[in-house]
Amino acid sequence: MTVARTWAVALTGADGALVEVEADQSSQLPGLHIIGLPDKALGEAEQRVRGAAANCALTLPRRRVTVNLSPASLPKQGAGFDVAIAVATLATDGSLDLASLARTVHIGELGLDGRLRPVAGVLPAVLAAARAGVTHAIVPHANQDEARLVSGVHVVGAVTLGDVALWHGADLEPSEVEPVPAVAPPPARASVGDLADVIGQREAVEALIAAAAGGHHMLMCGPPGAGKTMLASRLPGILPDLDDAAALEVTSMRSLSGDGVAALVREPPFESPHHSATVAALVGGGSRVVRPGAIARATNGVLFLDEAAEFAASALDALRQPLETGAITIHRSGVSAAFPARFQLVMATNPCPCGSYGVRGGACVCPPDQVRRYLGKLSGPLLDRVDIELGLRRVSVAQASEAGGHATLSTAEAKQRVLGARSRAAHRLRDTPWSVNARVSGQWLRQGPLALASEARRPLDAALHRGALTLRGYDRVLRVAWTLCDLEGRAAPSLHDVGRALFMKRGIVA
Amino acid sequence: MADKDVLGRAGEARAAAYLRERGYRILDQNWRCRDGEIDLVAAHGGQLVFVEVKTRRGVGFGHPFDAITARKLARLHRLAVAWVVAHPEDAHGRAVRVDALAVLGPDPTTAEIEHIAGLQ
Repeated sequence: MTVARTWAVALTGADGALVEVEADQSSQLPGLHIIGLPDKALGEAEQRVRGAAANCALTLPRRRVTVNLSPASLPKQGAGFDVAIAVATLATDGSLDLASLARTVHIGELGLDGRLRPVAGVLPAVLAAARAGVTHAIVPHANQDEARLVSGVHVVGAVTLGDVALWHGADLEPSEVEPVPAVAPPPARASVGDLADVIGQREAVEALIAAAAGGHHMLMCGPPGAGKTMLASRLPGILPDLDDAAALEVTSMRSLSGDGVAALVREPPFESPHHSATVAALVGGGSRVVRPGAIARATNGVLFLDEAAEFAASALDALRQPLETGAITIHRSGVSAAFPARFQLVMATNPCPCGSYGVRGGACVCPPDQVRRYLGKLSGPLLDRVDIELGLRRVSVAQASEAGGHATLSTAEAKQRVLGARSRAAHRLRDTPWSVNARVSGQWLRQGPLALASEARRPLDAALHRGALTLRGYDRVLRVAWTLCDLEGRAAPSLHDVGRALFMKRGIVA
Repeated sequence: MADKDVLGRAGEARAAAYLRERGYRILDQNWRCRDGEIDLVAAHGGQLVFVEVKTRRGVGFGHPFDAITARKLARLHRLAVAWVVAHPEDAHGRAVRVDALAVLGPDPTTAEIEHIAGLQ
């Protein structure tokens, strides 16, 4: 009779903590007792382990086995601990190689037939195990491609509990069972239209490219049919592909949401929650298991809020803090879960409930107080975090027929300009912790080595004096000015760039 | 006597022999009261040992120990107290212990025996 030890992973948010699963026999009547803050699903592991062992021709010890999940104070959820519990229990008889067990992390749910079922969050779990120095991971066959995305860990995809026992040196016949099929990864984004489809709207396309190049948050305001949704859906197409770290983060969020994962996701995510979304749906939540919300799934990509003024004010204001910090921490009893939330916010709204307010030739039928209240939903503090405010007009007949003649910018051309601007920004910011203009600290912009000459700053200073800009807004205009200068390939923003940036922020003509 | 009872008696006889070999003195066998029956009562050192014997020909219906549930164990402890009350002179100065003995095999006289001492 020995104490057997192996490892599993408890996920809280995007972080995983290694959990030591130890099993000990005592001379009492047969039984399996799981201690160490298991939730209901984990507590039911006993029945699954019994069924799985019996159907894999493995005999559980004929004594009482106590399984301890340590650290005991950390709440543990879900069925992902089944495999670790099963092998630790089986090993108390001494039939498995204890050294092999002690260097392996086990992730997976057991079916009564003994097959390993896929679980959500395998990628972040294996990543956490690798960071903690574990060298071997046994995961369900259906999750093996996902687990292999982590380098430095030897991943084994097991079909049944028998396979796992075999791998740890049990004396068994290998089984010939169909593995539980993997969850199919969601199909690649339904082909996003090309930027060339956008007719007219030169100014808006330029603003979109600036937003993409600098990672700036953007608000589009215009009547129905002006092309707000069309423009926003073209944004991910002109964003650069994700680098390794960002791709791993995005893929981890997909995995935590329960989506199938087969390869690293290289395209920036595009999340467009419906305006009935609650605070929990946007920022993440749940009573016991904390799930990532839309902002966590949009990390390193775009969060698009169509009909932004129709969202609940509380839901919109919940975005303020993650917009500043680039992360969201959700507190629940016993745990606080952190998710990354470095998303680019794009909002689209009508100018009033009927959509015709301020539109040339349109007749708005909304009472004045409703118009005021409609855009008032987008609170000052939220708007202050938006770098580019874009007013859209309907495309006139003249513009449409004119644009029919010569093609506007295509997605491929726009992406080239964005990539060029991003590489210039990255080169300029190479000695700083930032790589995108939108993230650079305001203090560094104002007082750092590349602070603007007072001549170029003139319109900004004037706006600040007039009270038309907050100091935060001032920094945001500076960032957009740098992006515009990166797009043009200039060394430093000119008076013209600052003027344009200020116009994009407030519609103020300097 | 039904076949299962014959098997049970044979198993209990085998268990008694097994315990005697190991220095246990059998005080009582198949003691009955209103609450039920104790298979074996033995004295071993300073302890009074109450033994539940389970006999099975095979594991088709589970291991014998699996048949001892928490409820049966609780009843066994109650029966032990009842026996102590009924036999004060034998029980005097001895600590009470409850054991389980599994007799597993097609023939009880040669079957394999498993013994768990000190059930809680």
